[in-house]
Amino acid sequence: MAEVLVVAEHTAGEVKKATFELLTAARRFGEPAVVWAGPGAEDGQQRLAEFGAALIYAAADPGFDDYVVVPVAELLAQLVRDKAPTLVLVAGTAEGKEVAARLAVKTDSGLITDAVDLTPGDDGNPVAEQSIFGGATVVRSRVTRGTPVVAMRPNSVSPEPAPGTAEISPVTLAGQMTGARITGRVAAERSQRPELTEASIVVSGGRGTGGAEGFAVVEKLADALGAAVGASRAVTDAGWYPHQFQVGQTGKTVSPQLYMAVGISGAIQHRAGMQTSKMIVAINKDPEAPIFELADFGVVGDLFKVVPQLLDEIGRRKQV
Amino acid sequence: MNIVVCVKQVPDTALERKLKPGDATLDRAAVDGLINELDEYAIEEGLRIAEAQRDAGADAEVTILTMGPEKAAESIRKALSMGADKAVHLVDDGLAGSDALSTSYALAKVLSGAGFDLVICGSESTDARMGVMAAMLAERLGVPQLSLASKVDTDGSVIRVRRATDEGYDEAEASLPAVISVVEKINEPRYPSFKGIMAAKKKPVATLSLADAGIEPDAVGLLSAATEVVDFAERPPRQAGTIVKDEGDGGVKIAEFLAGQKFI
Ligand SMILES: Cc1cc2nc3c(=O)[nH]c(=O)nc-3n(C[C@H](O)[C@H](O)[C@H](O)COP(=O)(O)OP(=O)(O)OC[C@H]3O[C@@H](n4cnc5c(N)ncnc54)[C@H](O)[C@@H]3O)c2cc1C
Ligand SMILES: Nc1ncnc2c1ncn2[C@@H]1O[C@H](COP(=O)(O)O)[C@@H](O)[C@H]1O
Repeated sequence: MAEVLVVAEHTAGEVKKATFELLTAARRFGEPAVVWAGPGAEDGQQRLAEFGAALIYAAADPGFDDYVVVPVAELLAQLVRDKAPTLVLVAGTAEGKEVAARLAVKTDSGLITDAVDLTPGDDGNPVAEQSIFGGATVVRSRVTRGTPVVAMRPNSVSPEPAPGTAEISPVTLAGQMTGARITGRVAAERSQRPELTEASIVVSGGRGTGGAEGFAVVEKLADALGAAVGASRAVTDAGWYPHQFQVGQTGKTVSPQLYMAVGISGAIQHRAGMQTSKMIVAINKDPEAPIFELADFGVVGDLFKVVPQLLDEIGRRKQV
Repeated sequence: MNIVVCVKQVPDTALERKLKPGDATLDRAAVDGLINELDEYAIEEGLRIAEAQRDAGADAEVTILTMGPEKAAESIRKALSMGADKAVHLVDDGLAGSDALSTSYALAKVLSGAGFDLVICGSESTDARMGVMAAMLAERLGVPQLSLASKVDTDGSVIRVRRATDEGYDEAEASLPAVISVVEKINEPRYPSFKGIMAAKKKPVATLSLADAGIEPDAVGLLSAATEVVDFAERPPRQAGTIVKDEGDGGVKIAEFLAGQKFI
């Protein structure tokens, strides 16, 4: 059966949810073979097997962490040449898209980014669905040259388990690692909350929270719902909340089951990052705020009154 | 130091954008074009690096590189009025419909022809939203890629950046020449001054055709694209939701809605 390469996203041996989504999509086209750059494939093996990985090409060299993008793209190009897969899937994170970009150039293959779905067309080849212009238009496209390289938007496909053997097949990068060198790595503290792009509920706060202290009610609401916290650019620019939680054009693109916008006006650049959420709830004191054009449910009111009451009500409902 | 900033003209994001029924390409004529707003940060960073180089006694020049239709000349003029020294406009009907692969091929041709020490891109274009050009250009030009920079330092031979990651940031470095892209946290783009606008009128803009740039006509344009649109549809506008005014029970109302949808 044809092989589909799936690039694993992992930190410290833990596989990210986006990878299980990719495996689920990959199974529609052939046998998924995971590409694991860096050490720790053994730690991910069991989880990858649960989602139908047949093989893991494990390149255990720790050097993959020391260079910007290039070695991973080189490894993929090598595997594309050696294994002739029918499709390569990567997670559509900023870095995933860059890996995909270089691979597409190296192999002269068509590249599709930000796919929200991938299904076999009449001829069995992948047809990608993209949601463009802030969700106003749905485009279906396909690759006409080379080995299709598709970057899938995280949280677009629901991961479905399927048995796989996830046999580890060690590989080594031919040639030297090259590229810009990574000399330091600064990770923000990891919270107990779900990851922003993976979460099924995201609660985001905007300038309406009035400051870092006011923003705390957004965190409380997120915790009551088991949600991830997001923020508008007004908030991250002002330093009320760290930048990596920014949602929008120049922040993360999220597509949760539920997106709650608290004190966010809904500027076009913010909408670009959340418009494909399944359900949108907004709280804003301005009835003209553009966020209400998207909202399935909205309350025109002061967030400092509405959210505490909502928290009480959630608490009350949890008791009974 | 020879700095080239890649600037794309895009349709105004505030206006309605549509695909053309015929070839499913973006209807660029129908809406006003502006500088891709993320490229303004790239221009600003280029100007700042050049200023710092000059302050240190070195030569520095900022060139704007744009591939796009005639109309893109307006955006080039704006970039020059911000303070860039000159521009190269790659314009040819044969380029229409190019995908990211062929755009990167064409831009790389111009860049390797003209030479550069540092190429600066925006982090993504607001129309295509691929965020791939810096990586593709670095790959094609065979130079280091330092993309998604929120801070850049260079002494003219080594370049160091703070690179935004999912978890925080990386510190990364390489020797010049290199390709970088910058994120919008990096600076505050300047507005063109009156003096700048007047000066821009006299700054040189080289207009290149495919032949001038030595670009294979078969390698660019809609026919060369390695992807194709199968079909597209405008999504029906989202159904108007229920918007209620808080009468002292707003929180309870939301809780009811969330419970109805099984979120609580
Ligand atoms: C190049 C570029 C990239 C950008 N990228 C992004 C991006 O990635 N993400 C992003 O979010 N933005 C982005 N922006 C910024 C965007 O244009 C808006 O400026 C930003 O989203 C506004 O944030 P906000 O809604 O929190 O603030 P505002 O627009 O100021 O809105 C605050 C809202 O809170 C409401 N409010 C105030 N007090 C209360 C209260 N007590 N109770 C209830 N409601 C209240 C107000 O009515 C208002 O609607 C970008 C802009 C540019 C130019
Ligand atoms: N046609 C073009 N002309 C000049 N620069 C471009 C062009 N297309 C893309 N770029 C550059 O590449 C960046 C990323 O674009 P994209 O990969 O399309 O999202 C932009 O911010 C520009 O700096």
